[in-house]
Amino acid sequence: MLEVIIFYVSALVAIGGGVMMIAQRNPVASVLYLIVSLIAQAVLYIQLSALFVGSLLIIVYAGAILVLFLFVIMLLNLRGEHFEGTDRKISRVTKYIISAAFFLELVLIVKELALPGRTDVVSAQTATDFGGVEPVAELLYTKYLFPFELTSILLLVAVVGAVVMAKRDKSEKQGDI
Amino acid sequence: MIPIAHYLILSGLLFAIGAAGVIISRNLIVMFMSIELMLNAANLAIIAFSRSLNVMDGHVFVFLIMAVAAAEAAVGLAIIIAIFRNRKTINADQFNLLRR
Repeated sequence: MLEVIIFYVSALVAIGGGVMMIAQRNPVASVLYLIVSLIAQAVLYIQLSALFVGSLLIIVYAGAILVLFLFVIMLLNLRGEHFEGTDRKISRVTKYIISAAFFLELVLIVKELALPGRTDVVSAQTATDFGGVEPVAELLYTKYLFPFELTSILLLVAVVGAVVMAKRDKSEKQGDI
Repeated sequence: MIPIAHYLILSGLLFAIGAAGVIISRNLIVMFMSIELMLNAANLAIIAFSRSLNVMDGHVFVFLIMAVAAAEAAVGLAIIIAIFRNRKTINADQFNLLRR
């Protein structure tokens, strides 16, 4: 019973955070609502006994990536006049209808699927260390060693690319962002 | 008693919210955060299947997806800074240089 309550409360918070995120005009509030949604999702991960990945979600996503977003918003010094709309080609309602139709399609697909595995996800038996750091790390360094090493190259490329992209040209005058 | 279909529907709902954010918003930063939300919706489905099938490979996939998302965030925000420096706006409707 408790797990059902935890699931539905976290699901509601995750959805509500997402909706508030796209409804906000101020990007700082958007970032904070996305953090709320991510923490609710981390609760769901931990309920699915994915302890390691759930902690990573909080540490890496909420702690690092979204702080990077906040940092960029602060760096650009965005104010109200940067968000004023110009032309709006499709009405907002049409856009909501498009995404609602997309969601209904996803639900219909889920209903049609003959889902594999056990029917009850959360309370089924697993190994006691399922999803802990040690078994995930063992997979990461044996079966998935090559993709894991490729990730380091990807991150290196991203770091170099970000520096090149954001670097100021020598010809530009100082004092701008 | 939570069937896996509930997790998949929640994941689909989060994905639809992210897609709606990308369609509706004209603020580049909010569009970018919506993409992060969609990546996380996919991660939730992977974790639910991983628990349901009792294999841990899905956790490794989610780990790799998070690394890709971090790289994407770094490069994308650098692009936003570069665009803002040139155009002094982050309204996506005003980036129509190739359309004119």
